[in-house]
Amino acid sequence: MTGAAVPREQGSPDAAPLVRLTDVGKSYGSVIALRGVSLEADAGEVTCVLGDNGAGKSTLIKIIAGLHRHDSGTYEVQGEEVAFASPRDALTRGIATVYQDLAVVPLMPVWRNFFLGSEKRKSFGRMDIDFMRRTTHSELAEMGIDLRDVDQPIGTLSGGERQCVAIARAVHFGARALILDEPTAALGVKQAGVVLRYIVQARERGLAVVFITHNPHHAYPVGDRFLILNRGRSLGYHTKEEITREELTALMAGGAELEQLAHELDAAASGGAVAKELAREAKDLGVADS
Amino acid sequence: MTQAVAEPPLKGPGADERLERQSALRRLLGRPELGALLGAVALFVFFSVVADAFLETSSFSTVLYASSTFGIMAVGVSLLMIGGEFDLSAGVMVTSSALVAALVSYQLTLNVWAGVVISLAVTLALGMLNGILYTRTGLPSFIITLATFFMLAGLNLGVTKAITGNVASDSVRDMDGFDSARAVFARDVDVAGVNVNVTVFWWLLFVAVATWILLRTRVGNWIFAVGGAAASARAVGVPVARTKIGLFMGVAFCAWFSGMHLVFAFATVQSGEGVGNEFSYIICAVIGGCLLTGGYGSAIGAAIGAFIFGMTNKGIVYAEWNPDWFRFFLGAMLLVATVVNLVVRRRVERSP
Ligand SMILES: Nc1ncnc2c1ncn2[C@@H]1O[C@H](COP(=O)(O)OP(=O)(O)OP(=O)(O)O)[C@@H](O)[C@H]1O
Ligand SMILES: [Mg+2]
Repeated sequence: MTGAAVPREQGSPDAAPLVRLTDVGKSYGSVIALRGVSLEADAGEVTCVLGDNGAGKSTLIKIIAGLHRHDSGTYEVQGEEVAFASPRDALTRGIATVYQDLAVVPLMPVWRNFFLGSEKRKSFGRMDIDFMRRTTHSELAEMGIDLRDVDQPIGTLSGGERQCVAIARAVHFGARALILDEPTAALGVKQAGVVLRYIVQARERGLAVVFITHNPHHAYPVGDRFLILNRGRSLGYHTKEEITREELTALMAGGAELEQLAHELDAAASGGAVAKELAREAKDLGVADS
Repeated sequence: MTQAVAEPPLKGPGADERLERQSALRRLLGRPELGALLGAVALFVFFSVVADAFLETSSFSTVLYASSTFGIMAVGVSLLMIGGEFDLSAGVMVTSSALVAALVSYQLTLNVWAGVVISLAVTLALGMLNGILYTRTGLPSFIITLATFFMLAGLNLGVTKAITGNVASDSVRDMDGFDSARAVFARDVDVAGVNVNVTVFWWLLFVAVATWILLRTRVGNWIFAVGGAAASARAVGVPVARTKIGLFMGVAFCAWFSGMHLVFAFATVQSGEGVGNEFSYIICAVIGGCLLTGGYGSAIGAAIGAFIFGMTNKGIVYAEWNPDWFRFFLGAMLLVATVVNLVVRRRVERSP
């Protein structure tokens, strides 16, 4: 089922996808966080990783980002097997990660944040401030954020705008694959829309995007492939053609588990009404056959 | 305002203008030096009115001298504070540095310049020790430097007494190189008929260099970042540990310079001196707009803070008040400055 991905029409000589994980596993001591998970992310595609709390989403992206090493399976970048020692290594291969906390310094101006850690310099260690200001402004403008003042502290931007700055920064510094850990989780409807639009733009620029979320309504409109994780295992890996929004939602909601919970509550006989409600919900979701 | 930015297509000229004005106002309020500058002007006017002697040029030179001796230390301390850390050992480190130079040159009968160089190496090593202890243990710098503060204070007294049998070092006035060293560290310079101590010029130079580093170099960017959000800075590749160690060494460098001024201004060094001065440096930095929590401030602000410190210190004398009031004034100003800072920070960091 997973191998059914249609080869892209891109004229790149290497047919291998930008990022490919095969049967990857990872445990923290005795906790098995991830087992037998496969995923591909190709240029110009958005791969969504969905799953409940503790499903192993963050663990998966930490492996891709080079923060953790996988215990089993293989991790290939453009067909070449890799084992990153640090996020720096991943970055030099063009794999950039935007973490949930965004790694920005709230009191610093937008442009200083944009170039932090990769400052452009002239002679004598002076920074090329003009260049950095201009670049920050134009990079953000290209993404539809028209900042009047790149000198304003980044803490004064809205959550969505900050997220966009962090993404724009990764794109500017040569990312070819962009890993986003729950970029829309803390955002309101409108702000989440801004970020989603931004994800689509990154895809159109030819980046491979891995988008982690637990909201299928955010994932479905922008995703090309969907990996659903549950308790460290893959619950399914589908292309958009193979799955409808309703099926995705049902998978996410864990319809089968809801049903089981209803049975359990029934047996306990303490929450009859709740159990019936859950059973009905599970049926409504229509997950009997997936 | 958040909404106006979130909707780029909405580009009414009215909306633009409102944005412009708001950010200009915020930028002015956001200047770390603003509050200190207003305070300095107010104090200057105040002392000019209440103390007749205050406006004489010689008094002004004295005020500047007092400001510079604290201001030089405030340069290093303010950078460290912007980088998110404290150094409580800064006060006694000045004395340690002076003692090393005086004791080494006298005991080994060396040219005093040899003592100056050895003292530089020892003091920088002390700063590095503070920095390494901090980065290795992850303990608050407050605790680390509190420990080194007591250890240095004890060493200053203990070693000096063991070597000289006295609480002060022997005079190095007659030793080789004293005059040339004095010319560098403690000479009076004649400026239009007024004697100004050379430390004033060094102070201004240090402030200029620190400001340049902070605003124009990559290291400056790193200093703000490690003070504002160390974990984020690390995630984007800033060498956090190296930056912090460098900042502790910056304080040590200032301590060395101040120590050399002590040696060549007075020729002997009192081993018990310096205790308590660390708070004065911190006060200069805070009055000058540095945030105690790091990530925000300026070297110019700290210089204005030191100037306020010097004006109050000497102004009270010229006004012929009981100098006991100095500390009260200092405390009150610190309180006002911190409250102003708090308001500014809330404004700048306002979350949407
Ligand atoms: N450093 C760690 N040490 C031990 N166990 C860990 C560690 N990190 C994660 N785990 C465990 O691994 C499992 C997967 O965690 P992970 O953070 O990947 O989940 P997640 O899908 O990102 O969840 P969330 O939606 O809450 O962010 C969890 O059971 C978690 O307790
Ligand atoms: Mg997570």
